[in-house]
Amino acid sequence: MSPSSQRSVWRAPELSARWWPVFLRNLLVWRKLAIPSLVGNIAEPLMWLVAFGYGMGALVGQVTLPGADGDIKVPYILFLASGSICMSAMNAASFEALYSAFSRMHVQKTWDGIMNAPVNLDDIVLAEMLWAAFKALFTVTAILGVMLALGISHSPKLLLAWPILLGVGITFSCLALIFNALAKGYDFFTYYFTLFLTPTMFVSGIFFPIGQLPDVVRAISQWLPLTNAIDLVRPLFMDQWPQNPVRHLLVLLVYAVGGFWLALALTRRRFRA
Amino acid sequence: MVSSLFSVQYLSKRYADSIAVDDLSFEIAAGECLGVIGPNGAGKTTTIRMCLGQSVPDAGTITAFGLSMPDDSLAIKAQLGVVSQLDTLDPDFSCAENLLVYGRYFGMKSAQIRERIPELLAFASLTSKAGAKPGELSGGMKRRLSLARALVNDPRLLLLDEPTTGLDPQARHLMWERLQLLLQDGKSILLTTHFMDEAERLCTRLLVLDHGRKIAEGTPRELISQHLEPDVVEVYGAGALALANGPLQALASRVETSGETVFFYTQDAKPLLQALGAQAQLRTLHRPANLEDLFLKLTGRQIREDA
Repeated sequence: MSPSSQRSVWRAPELSARWWPVFLRNLLVWRKLAIPSLVGNIAEPLMWLVAFGYGMGALVGQVTLPGADGDIKVPYILFLASGSICMSAMNAASFEALYSAFSRMHVQKTWDGIMNAPVNLDDIVLAEMLWAAFKALFTVTAILGVMLALGISHSPKLLLAWPILLGVGITFSCLALIFNALAKGYDFFTYYFTLFLTPTMFVSGIFFPIGQLPDVVRAISQWLPLTNAIDLVRPLFMDQWPQNPVRHLLVLLVYAVGGFWLALALTRRRFRA
Repeated sequence: MVSSLFSVQYLSKRYADSIAVDDLSFEIAAGECLGVIGPNGAGKTTTIRMCLGQSVPDAGTITAFGLSMPDDSLAIKAQLGVVSQLDTLDPDFSCAENLLVYGRYFGMKSAQIRERIPELLAFASLTSKAGAKPGELSGGMKRRLSLARALVNDPRLLLLDEPTTGLDPQARHLMWERLQLLLQDGKSILLTTHFMDEAERLCTRLLVLDHGRKIAEGTPRELISQHLEPDVVEVYGAGALALANGPLQALASRVETSGETVFFYTQDAKPLLQALGAQAQLRTLHRPANLEDLFLKLTGRQIREDA
């Protein structure tokens, strides 16, 4: 037996251009279901934004944030919009890489069919990761469009927020694929949403500045991917530059690369019978 | 070994508490249809999965088209067509889209695949269903779509895991006809099946597996003449079972019982039939020995509870 057949699941990813037809497959299915998925992905976050932003915004008034040149005051709707768009990227990527990817992998056995063709598992996992990130990008693009139309922000730096939000989508789809690889059924994903994403949502500074949090929670929050994403994106909404862009990008990168590596190893283990 | 297309040598696979495949070797020559038969749990599907690189053998080598698994698995799979036991058709796509999307996994250009689609649908007798989704198809149609999908890359060898299980006789005969056309076309086939008439009709050579081991190999005719007497007389009806231990035993080389039926295996059925003729309450069936007899002789008549 050649030693290569007993390879470790932790070996480096073996990727090729064959991820593209798998990505294209998902795109083709999605094109048939785009309208209802548009409603789910965009209408809901916008309702939150409008209800909370204008409703709570009237109560809260302005939020004080530390800026590069001292504190700055911003309207609550702008504060909320810049945070919630990151949440939308997180949710869109997570849903796709959990429920939808699991359907294809486990329920429909689509992955098994693909692997009978010359496409390896690593390329499929990469395609699913990029696909979930693409859906996140699609969602945030539509929401950004509405935010621009509502006049919430006109910052030209939003152009830069766009690729960063793609990065947020990539990070969260990598993390979600870890749980996809471990799942026995859809119920398992409730743990991920309830125990990780929901707390993340409340301590990452979407609805209120993390300065409000107790010290311990704030210290943890600063290492969460969503907090770092928001610290990158929020200043851009206010036509400012992020304060520690390298640190925030590095944190996201570590989550994305580490997450993908772990997800790939666990998926290989799942398929290695 | 002349022009062996596919070769498996000393293949073994064990799981925590059982041996799925045990020191299995076989070859497939170009243009040949090799049938793999065996009870449930004999190791047929595990063998196919290892041939596709989806399961890692504990020992042994698999080579195909001069390439070896698993190092060249993508190059090998580029020349294979696979129909797995369970359909993996895309439920959201029409028949034509299923073929298009699958062809892309082989790196084929969309235009190139679109050209082949009408021909593939016609081969599967699905031309009128080009726009239908798998959910709207019958079992036989789904299996034929899976076969058409496996042909999208014009493979040299087809791996078919129980391609007719669950089909009605009409659908099964249509599938056989199509597989025969492919063989005439020069394709090679590895086929697993539970249907002995299917194995006899399609396969040039058979491999009988049980408990992961190869227990017999040869052409269907060879195997029958090697292992069995040419004639079988089945006897059932009141008092039939008593015959199994009676004087008629002497007229047969081997006697088996299953349920209420006695099977006499014999070189010459005449004297036996004459003796049985005297007992009007018995019903008899005289027929040549077939693969099913062989299969039951080699693997036993008991139901496998663990399978």
